[in-house]
Amino acid sequence: MDAIILQILNGLDKGSAYALIALGLTLIFGTLGVVNFAHGAIFMLGAFCAVTLSKIFSISYQTVDETQTDFLGNPLKVDTPYVEYWFGPEMGAALIDWSVPLAILFSIPVMIAVGVIMERGLIKHFYRRPHADQILVTFGLAIVLQEVIKYYFGANPIPTPAPDMFRGSYDFSPLLGFDPNSVIYPVWRLIYFAFSALIIGAVFAFLQFTTFGMVVRAGMADRETVGLLGINIDKRFTIMFGIAAAVAGLAGVMYAPINAPNYHMGMDFLVLSFVVVVVGGMGSLPGAVAAGFLLGILESFASTTWATTTIPGINQIIIYLVAIIILLTRPRGLMGKKGVMEE
Amino acid sequence: MLGLNKKDFQLLLIVVALTALAPFILNPFPEGSAMAQFNAGYPDLMQKFVIFGIFAIGFNILFGLTGYLSFGHAAFLGVGSYSCVWMFKLLGYNVMPGILLSIVTSGIFAYLIGVVSLRRSGIYFSILTLAFAQMSFALAYSVLSNPKFNLTNGETGLQVYANDPQWMHSASKPDLPHFFGISMRATHEMEVGAWAFQFNFGYYLCALIMIAAFYLSIRIFRSPFGMMLRAVKSNNTRMYYTGLNARPYTLAAFVISGMYAGLAGGLLSAVDPLAGAERMQWTASGEVVLMTILGGAGTLIGPVLGSGLIKYFENIFSKINDSVLHGWFSFLPDGIEDFMVTIVHPFVGKGWHLTLGVLFMLIVIFLPGGLVQGGQKIRGLFTGRTEAEQAEADANHSTPAE
Repeated sequence: MDAIILQILNGLDKGSAYALIALGLTLIFGTLGVVNFAHGAIFMLGAFCAVTLSKIFSISYQTVDETQTDFLGNPLKVDTPYVEYWFGPEMGAALIDWSVPLAILFSIPVMIAVGVIMERGLIKHFYRRPHADQILVTFGLAIVLQEVIKYYFGANPIPTPAPDMFRGSYDFSPLLGFDPNSVIYPVWRLIYFAFSALIIGAVFAFLQFTTFGMVVRAGMADRETVGLLGINIDKRFTIMFGIAAAVAGLAGVMYAPINAPNYHMGMDFLVLSFVVVVVGGMGSLPGAVAAGFLLGILESFASTTWATTTIPGINQIIIYLVAIIILLTRPRGLMGKKGVMEE
Repeated sequence: MLGLNKKDFQLLLIVVALTALAPFILNPFPEGSAMAQFNAGYPDLMQKFVIFGIFAIGFNILFGLTGYLSFGHAAFLGVGSYSCVWMFKLLGYNVMPGILLSIVTSGIFAYLIGVVSLRRSGIYFSILTLAFAQMSFALAYSVLSNPKFNLTNGETGLQVYANDPQWMHSASKPDLPHFFGISMRATHEMEVGAWAFQFNFGYYLCALIMIAAFYLSIRIFRSPFGMMLRAVKSNNTRMYYTGLNARPYTLAAFVISGMYAGLAGGLLSAVDPLAGAERMQWTASGEVVLMTILGGAGTLIGPVLGSGLIKYFENIFSKINDSVLHGWFSFLPDGIEDFMVTIVHPFVGKGWHLTLGVLFMLIVIFLPGGLVQGGQKIRGLFTGRTEAEQAEADANHSTPAE
């Protein structure tokens, strides 16, 4: 029992990342009808927002500290980050420590801007062209973004730690009544899960309870009619693209402490999140979220020693197997509506 | 001639001439001169040109004709490579059985994947093939390399070891891939003044196979079968309503293109007897898509051009470094020179992928027909005819009044 709970927990953080990326993909597909292969790159950009902020915070100047000497008696050079100089040593250290959570604030405007520029600058021109062209041009864009990041940040993963407070693990066992140390889980992953649940909730609430969201949903159902009612639906869809980009970006920011960001993390997640979207049902938002968590948890179950010794490598292929089976037996996906992209 | 009309035959002749004279064409600067770094006439690279040409020609039969965008063709390339190396391990270094087996296995593999994937079309098809290819990659990388049943040797890659059976191998034959005794690496060097040209047997064998593959693709393009595939691309629903089941045709196209990919994979192993899982990764599938689009999907010569260009970039552009750049811009004043180097720097050397991405985006946005369409546009500028007129003139030209 404790093993099952542990695997479910293990699956949650990956599932959260899948769900957030897939949510954005589905949002873009549902509103604009565009298949965005650059969405993984947006996720990566988010992670690099966190890296950038932590780098900015740790820009420092060197001073010679006369009070400290090395073993030869020379005065030591001390690096002092500018933030410590400006905000005082304690506040400065806290800022550096908290750079990942703070990057959330920093990344939202950046990611919305990226999304809006992308939509207005490029994808706008591809509405009337076939899906293949959309895939191709966004694939090209993904390569470009990836290479730009590689140029500025290098090809190696850049470790970006979570705040001190959230390092370490939390022991669930006493809470659930098991032996101590049987269900241990890193705190940051819990926070990641809670955060993604919050974001998903916020997106749904936004679509469900605001007038803006209502219009967008109406536009998803019938774009022309909404346009005929005198509503500038294109503008709203552009904003939705920005929001989708921000969602993926936030997923990336918070994912940075879990896996050190590298320039191809976007591509790695992209393929899987497309699989998630297809399994959930193209164009279905709840489907994307449900399938994201489902496949994440499934993957973690398949990674257990028992599963990998029974069928070696099952953890690597389980998601694809599930996707292929679902696509063949139920082409519209788990929660897809009939007729959406069914050919 | 050869069952082709005059224009296609001319095209075939051009391709034959280009491949036969490639050592001269790709090696225009004398050895040791500053421009020699742009020479691409060395055997390894020429082999890559033709092998990836085959891959792209095959991909074009599926994508260019039917419009089905497969993102999983690298899987067939990988299967082909593995089969060929297995033949080396079991039978010996003769490349013929290896190449034949790689065509057969990739054909079977493509049939299995095609039967399943072609039940969907459009974006679903792309994602299904992508999923299959990633699954094959994962299989090759981990599952099939377990000690009990080692087919792929995991991340080390499959290669021939001294204790492999090699039943048909005899001491008289070279210990390297060979074609009935002629080593694939047999190279004849010819020196003409300052120039050094290399004629490599492996290259010419691959080139011969590519010409055959190209000829076959022309025949497919001009056949009723090719016509049917074009009809699928233009309007599948209408085909369905006229009572035609397009599935067997698209499946045939899928299998043929898979076999082309397998052949290319087999040849890759034949020139270098090592097969690794990274050949199956989805970025490798993306590369063949890039090649086809860059050259012009649906055109005969496009994929060959595209693959040549991308492989050239990959091997030549990636060697350019800052000192070379400073050499290029040395005629400029110092400040401007440094500025230009800074601007160009991200696009060359390690950054050639960036050039590729940018180029690819520009092509998709402005020139959906690829370089071939670009060429037609330029031709149109000189002859003063629009593209449509041009196409019409070409069409008239190709069906002479009898």
